Amino acid sequence: MTTTFIPVPAAHSMGLVRNLRIFLTEARYEFVRLLRTRGFSMSVVGFPVVFYIFFGIIMNRGQMIHGVSVAKYMLATYAVFGMVGAALFGIGVGLSGELSAGWLELKRASPMPPLAYLLAKCCGAIGFGVIIVCLLTLLGVTVGHVSVTVTEFGRLIGLTMVGVIPFACLGMALALIVPFNSAPGFANMIYLPMSFCGGLWIPIMMLPHVMQKFALVLPTYHLAQLALGTFGYASSGSTASHWFGLLGFSMVMLGIASLAFRKLEQNS
Amino acid sequence: MNAVLSFNAASTATVMTTAQPDGNVASLSRITKRYANGVLALDDVSLSLRKGEIVALLGPNGAGKSTVVKLMMGLSTPTDGSVRIFGADPRQTSTRLRTGVMLQIGRAPEMLRVREHINIFRGYYPSPMPYNDIVRAAGLEGIEERMFGQLSGGQRQRVLFAIALAGDPDLIFLDEPTVGLDIEVRRGMWTQIRSLASRGKTVLLTTHYLEEADTLAHRIVVINKGRVVCEGTPAEVKSLGSASAGGSTSRSLKIIRCGTSLPAATLLGFRGVTSVETAGDITAITSTQPEATLRELLALDETLHSLEIKSPALEDAFLALTSE
Repeated sequence: MTTTFIPVPAAHSMGLVRNLRIFLTEARYEFVRLLRTRGFSMSVVGFPVVFYIFFGIIMNRGQMIHGVSVAKYMLATYAVFGMVGAALFGIGVGLSGELSAGWLELKRASPMPPLAYLLAKCCGAIGFGVIIVCLLTLLGVTVGHVSVTVTEFGRLIGLTMVGVIPFACLGMALALIVPFNSAPGFANMIYLPMSFCGGLWIPIMMLPHVMQKFALVLPTYHLAQLALGTFGYASSGSTASHWFGLLGFSMVMLGIASLAFRKLEQNS
Repeated sequence: MNAVLSFNAASTATVMTTAQPDGNVASLSRITKRYANGVLALDDVSLSLRKGEIVALLGPNGAGKSTVVKLMMGLSTPTDGSVRIFGADPRQTSTRLRTGVMLQIGRAPEMLRVREHINIFRGYYPSPMPYNDIVRAAGLEGIEERMFGQLSGGQRQRVLFAIALAGDPDLIFLDEPTVGLDIEVRRGMWTQIRSLASRGKTVLLTTHYLEEADTLAHRIVVINKGRVVCEGTPAEVKSLGSASAGGSTSRSLKIIRCGTSLPAATLLGFRGVTSVETAGDITAITSTQPEATLRELLALDETLHSLEIKSPALEDAFLALTSE
């Protein structure tokens, strides 16, 4: 056996360090950009916070149903509502704007690794998801008399970081299919009905039976059940089945996005 | 903006001289590009760029100029033919590390500062151009902390120019770089483009400003309806254009404008005269032998006035070449 020096791994790890550095810069500025875009940051954080204050805290102050604190239950579902909004508007509307302006083309012509760009967009949404969950938890604990243990909070934050991803995929598919001018409208058309039907505004068991069945195909339902699960409130289905539902949804969305991207490339 | 790029030893040392075996930095060979909707954007186009030259791609709207840039950047794939940049595929990262591009884009992310935009792009390259050099070259002093969304149209163009320079690339594509700039800023950018070429960088620019192609380019490629109509130095293109206008191949062609009482039929009988056009009381005579034409003209018409002799402008050549 002869030993020869193979420089490939070294070059590879150099490339990896470079890509990681580019990704971190992209992610940082994506987050800064979203934060400075008031139209985005105010509404994406504001909606779940205001909704939670009205429906979770003011209307149901101190209420318990079957031993479940309404304010705490709603903390989980409005957290999901916030994550979905951050992903759908941050990525769906953001990417579609950059695509229509030709900015994405300039980025693609540069030596930037495409994955760094997509992951950075995803991280921007995750950042906002985490901010929303922290704010809602703070409100719940201070104003809504909700008791959340450190472990529960940690698990909810962990879930946020993963739970944003399926909706980031949805946002990507949306951006590649829908023209920029109608992207915010389409995002709302998906966001609001999907939130209601997935049991994010009104607990799923209070919805008509048919809607409860329909909810099984909605990613919002599965993520909500996982979020409720971190507080021990999950109503139906196993944890694995919810993860499986989210995974399947992500794969379908990625498939649609890649088809749409190929079509765009062919036309360019 | 008028400050010429200063460059340090470190950045010039990294300029690599590798090129394709035929000495070209970039080449399109026999490219045909048909879009999915059936539109034929380019039809059997060949084009090559040599090291250190400025090539202007000139043509009316919809001629296929931007398609050429997109093919060279690997943003679009040809239906037929091949694209080689530094002897490699334009889509490879190693190729992209040596190219910079300024595209016609609607807007950049508006809530990032000029400084941030430049530094994000500098981060993509292992040895980018020093930040201060970029700012000086693109004339962005004083507006570095502004958000992109607050900039005027001309300032936005300059930021995009700065982004194209970020990686200190050996090959730069500029798609309509000076559109919307006032004349002073445009001239400043020309100075910068010239200084890039003098440092051995290759520049391909598309433009519909004839003056820009005339003063800046070493070589002009006129393109119309997806085909290369002619190619050469600005002087060559001018004479080719006038030749095709007058149906002659002579390069000494001049346009004689004057007020004359002689009828057009007489003028057309003179030696070298290829066309006569009268507008008002001024007659424009195109001649391949202007001296002989003038001698006859002055001998026959004592009342001749307002005499003016000029070389055909690039604009005339361009119109002649791109008309049916």
